[in-house]
Amino acid sequence: MAKTLGPVRRKFSPWNDPTAKPLIEFRNVVKRFGDFTAVDDVSLGIYEREFFALLGPSGCGKTTLMRMLAGFEHPSEGEIRLAGASLAGKQPYERPVNMMFQSYALFPHMSVEKNIAFGLVMDKMPKGEIETRVQEMLKLVKLEKFAKRKPHQLSGGQRQRVALARSLAKRPKVLLLDEPLGALDKKLREETQFELMDLQQELGMTFLIVTHDQEEAMTVADRIAVMDHGKLIQVAGPSEIYEQPNSRYVADFIGDINIVEGRVTAIDGGLIRMEAAAPRVSIVMEDDAATSVGATAWMAVRPEKVRISHDAPIETGVNAVHGEVWDIGYIGDTSVYHVKLDDGGTFRAAVANVSRTVERPIGWDDRVWLTWSKTAGVVLTA
Amino acid sequence: MSTEKSRSGRFLLVGIPYAWMLVFFLVPFLIVAKISLSTSVMALPPYAPVVESLTDLWRKIGEFSFFNYLRLVQESIYVESYLSSLWIAFSSTVIMLFIAYPLAYGMARAPKAWRPTLLMLVILPFWTSFLIRVYAWIGILADEGLLNWLLVSLRVVDEPITFLATQRAVYIGIIYSYLPFMVLPLYSSLEKMDETLLEAAQDLGCTSFQAFWRVTFPLSIPGVIAGSFLVFIPAVGEFVIPDLLGGSDTVMIGKTLWEEFFNNRDWPAASAVAITLLLLLVVPIVIFQNAQAKAQEAGR
Repeated sequence: MAKTLGPVRRKFSPWNDPTAKPLIEFRNVVKRFGDFTAVDDVSLGIYEREFFALLGPSGCGKTTLMRMLAGFEHPSEGEIRLAGASLAGKQPYERPVNMMFQSYALFPHMSVEKNIAFGLVMDKMPKGEIETRVQEMLKLVKLEKFAKRKPHQLSGGQRQRVALARSLAKRPKVLLLDEPLGALDKKLREETQFELMDLQQELGMTFLIVTHDQEEAMTVADRIAVMDHGKLIQVAGPSEIYEQPNSRYVADFIGDINIVEGRVTAIDGGLIRMEAAAPRVSIVMEDDAATSVGATAWMAVRPEKVRISHDAPIETGVNAVHGEVWDIGYIGDTSVYHVKLDDGGTFRAAVANVSRTVERPIGWDDRVWLTWSKTAGVVLTA
Repeated sequence: MSTEKSRSGRFLLVGIPYAWMLVFFLVPFLIVAKISLSTSVMALPPYAPVVESLTDLWRKIGEFSFFNYLRLVQESIYVESYLSSLWIAFSSTVIMLFIAYPLAYGMARAPKAWRPTLLMLVILPFWTSFLIRVYAWIGILADEGLLNWLLVSLRVVDEPITFLATQRAVYIGIIYSYLPFMVLPLYSSLEKMDETLLEAAQDLGCTSFQAFWRVTFPLSIPGVIAGSFLVFIPAVGEFVIPDLLGGSDTVMIGKTLWEEFFNNRDWPAASAVAITLLLLLVVPIVIFQNAQAKAQEAGR
């Protein structure tokens, strides 16, 4: 029985179709600033109508990659192609892409309307059409009432919408979003994330977002590229990134995870057996990771997939550790238990608070067992 | 109690500059205004009536006349001086704008580490007395001066050009002296401009040149206004430069005023000239203040 990783948001996966041609292609792109390599040999295809996220810590090269697509930086090596044509030597104003800037970069001397119309005026669109388009954009971002205001008379959220409307007004082939929601508070940010997704569906455009916020990337994107030190570490859908990370870096960067280092002792029939020293535990995982007997590997399991109990499991020898509750983080929807293991190290388990009252609550300093099934985690080789 | 105290403290704080203005600006102004309404006499002081006290003022108010102000309109020397001063100040402001803008732009776009040095170079002339610097220009502009020596030895001209004692010299002097006052406000408005605005403009279809005219320049207008008034207002009343570098063909109101006061010993006429000049300049000063307030309100 074929299982799917996580929920399927929409049946859209041109990257699995070998005949599909990507809209944007990065081909072995390298960007150096002096002797610092910001982008290191990146090859990547982004498809039409895709919502693609570049995710990574600050300084990982994600913004540089995006700025090269916009035309503000030029690759030191390699090539960027858009709709089959090379972008080499093309100035920013010659590229059918528009960018929404992190600082919004609204023109302070122009009203909301004028800001939105700016790109259209530069394109010498007839006046009547500009007016229609601006009205359409104002409606899209629900700012009809604020058309005559100047940017400094708007709230942060409203400014963000103007910036969005301005970058969408020219109907670019690709919309680039540079940390678009960074300046908004959490609630507004979450709302806007869903609005962005709806907007992208409605307009049928290709969106490329740069963010350091993994939740944001997971929420909005069809695919995510996790970057580190200028390299792409993993490119996959949100659920695959979360459930099937390809390295400890990705596993650790996305969400919360317990990682146990061990030695592979046996591989048979899709099962990998490992022995770990700290904590002392035997591990059996259903995984087809490319490893070999005797090699070092890491078992990674997410806290929400770890069961916590006062009682010892039936089989204590495999996928089970025990220790003392060290800390409890009550978040509301879940509680996170930090358990200090008897063999050293800590382990985390998250429990959904499905009912308001608990019969035998687990408290501080309680002795507990932590167990996980052989399908709950993954074996990582890097 | 404490609010009472803080209120009187605030009063004191605001009161001091007001008291300063009252004593050192308003009172002298009223004295000059009073003299402008007097008549010139051969005496010491050279005007009448002399008011000795406030009650005396009331008694002698009938002796005041607007004769001096009437002369300002009737005698062509005054009208000419005013017009020529305004014209010289205006045209040198425009010329300065053309010189200062590229200068300030270059400074604002220079690498960050260089900017303090460049700024220093603009301010450096202030370390020497204004008067000495204007005197130095006599040496540069004279027929056998540095400038002519340079022009002749570079074979730009065959004969030395007469600069000194012409309008040209006055222009050169004013532009040289006031240029920093134009550069500094322009620099400060250009320097704080967010460069991503230019990227946004280019992203939306502007060439760099279009981005300058549609974004950079409109955003630097507060600097243009500040700089222009900062040089225009003092240039109108300029005395030292036309006196030292200009010839008899350059009539500027500052010079006329000086001649009335020291050569003709006509204090009332000189005072009337001064008061009128002040009133003339109130208009641009108010415009300037409004523009400043507006710029501040716009949060820039």
